[in-house]
Amino acid sequence: MIGWRSTWSIYTRELMRFLRTAFQSVLAPVLTTSLYFIVFGAAIGGRMPDLGGVDYGAFIIPGLLMLTLLGETTSNSSFGIYMPRFTGTIYELLSAPVGVAETLIGFVGAAMTKSLILAAIILLTARLFVDYSIAHPLLAVLYIMLVAAAFSLFGFILGIWADNFEKLGIIPMLFLTPLTFLGGTFYSIDMLPKPWDTIALANPIVYLVSGLRWTFYGSSDVNIWVSFGITLGFLAACTAVIAYIFKTGWRLRA
Amino acid sequence: MSEAILELDGLSKVYPGGLKALDDVNLTIRKGEIFALLGPNGAGKTTLIGAVCGLVRPTSGTIRAFGHDLATDWRKARARIGLVPQELSTDMFEPVQRAVAYSRGLFGLAPDPARIEEILRSLSLWDKKDERIMALSGGMKRRVLIAKALAHEPDLLFLDEPTAGVDVELRKGMWAIIDQMRAKGVTVILTTHYIEEAEEMADRVGIIRKGQLIMVDEKEAMMARLGRTEAHISLASPLSELPPALAQYPIELEEGGTSLCYRGGDGTGRGKAEVADITKALIGSGIDYKGIDVRESSLEDIFVSLLGEEEEQPA
Repeated sequence: MIGWRSTWSIYTRELMRFLRTAFQSVLAPVLTTSLYFIVFGAAIGGRMPDLGGVDYGAFIIPGLLMLTLLGETTSNSSFGIYMPRFTGTIYELLSAPVGVAETLIGFVGAAMTKSLILAAIILLTARLFVDYSIAHPLLAVLYIMLVAAAFSLFGFILGIWADNFEKLGIIPMLFLTPLTFLGGTFYSIDMLPKPWDTIALANPIVYLVSGLRWTFYGSSDVNIWVSFGITLGFLAACTAVIAYIFKTGWRLRA
Repeated sequence: MSEAILELDGLSKVYPGGLKALDDVNLTIRKGEIFALLGPNGAGKTTLIGAVCGLVRPTSGTIRAFGHDLATDWRKARARIGLVPQELSTDMFEPVQRAVAYSRGLFGLAPDPARIEEILRSLSLWDKKDERIMALSGGMKRRVLIAKALAHEPDLLFLDEPTAGVDVELRKGMWAIIDQMRAKGVTVILTTHYIEEAEEMADRVGIIRKGQLIMVDEKEAMMARLGRTEAHISLASPLSELPPALAQYPIELEEGGTSLCYRGGDGTGRGKAEVADITKALIGSGIDYKGIDVRESSLEDIFVSLLGEEEEQPA
């Protein structure tokens, strides 16, 4: 049985935390996206050929969206659970009649909501620089939600695993961002020479960027259902890890 | 005897490093009582509270609250338990009223602004309802934690060192708050370093040391059983030996025969009566004295002596 009032309390409190820093939370992605579009879309993109019939400026939108989505979702979610652990306020959550379902729906749901807001902001910002249309808008929203959910869960695991701020930042900084850059954000992996085009398929982010690009333009490096499958598999793996954490109390209960 | 609302049976906790923080603790808490858990630092007080409140996983033993086994039926039990932690842990950026309302929602209750107002007023926090918690004084922050713990109207409230580090005035204010809770029928379990606090507030006292509950009793019964009267009678002239009239009393000569020291009684006033009889016996024996200093042992004396006895016992 899920305690919906408890869930709603966690969810709204997390969103309030986001709104406290709304200026920074909104301005940063708008500024970053604008810079990418100025540099890659306008300055370099003008000299690039169309990719699969898509203008280069439009081609990079799903990748840029994924770049921000993965970073922001992971950090929002990891901070959301790490800070109560760090400040000791987690006692209230642990002593409440709240289980894994309420905690996850509350924290992860809030992180997802923030990500969807950011995604909308990025798409609106992109519209200022590039003309684009989305071939499968419903699938795009669904896919963004799936990725946001998976990486919120992943961030939640990071926030429980980390026992200092350095660890909290190390995974997004040293793994997530480089893998996203190398995951076809700014190029199609078809453009890579052999054997790098095959090696690139070992990068899981390739499937995420490719999946979102398919929902936008109907073509991609990887089959859309493979992308959906990998995203769902990652979601399921993170859920299983969190269920284990709650069952054993690892890093949560002494 | 009142209904038992919390039962700990064979509760033990061994931390991964091997530290045995709780060692086969058996304890029953009755509805409506104020129970003080006393013990030195590291005795296991906070671990015991943590085990009941879900912050610590017991190694063995069972905990039943309101008839629910906390291992299996924890939701129903936790919904009726409140906790005020020792540390001032709360979201410092939140305004007071919102923080308290959040706690109510977290415990699954519908919003009730009137109830929140009542709690904040009872803790003299209503004027600060829109202030960020970080802007409040230490004493007020502690009251915010109490308000948060009361927001879901618990039947059992844990106060872990509620007056640690607060001044005398605030401490007395806290006692008044605990009195209010007692009047409302809330059962309170508090840990404290201030024995005076337990003496003032508690109906029953438990003494814990190295994870073992070494004594649990009614405060009055404990003081009656273990309390002592100590009297020092300064004599006008030194004595070389005790007069026969005093032989029946637990008394001895001190300070080169210039003082008589009585240690006896049982905390019920019997000691004071014996001191009065001793003074009459002295006068009857023609022995003059200059002054009498009588002192009843406090709960603190009993606490220190109990811990001392335990220390001396071979392992």
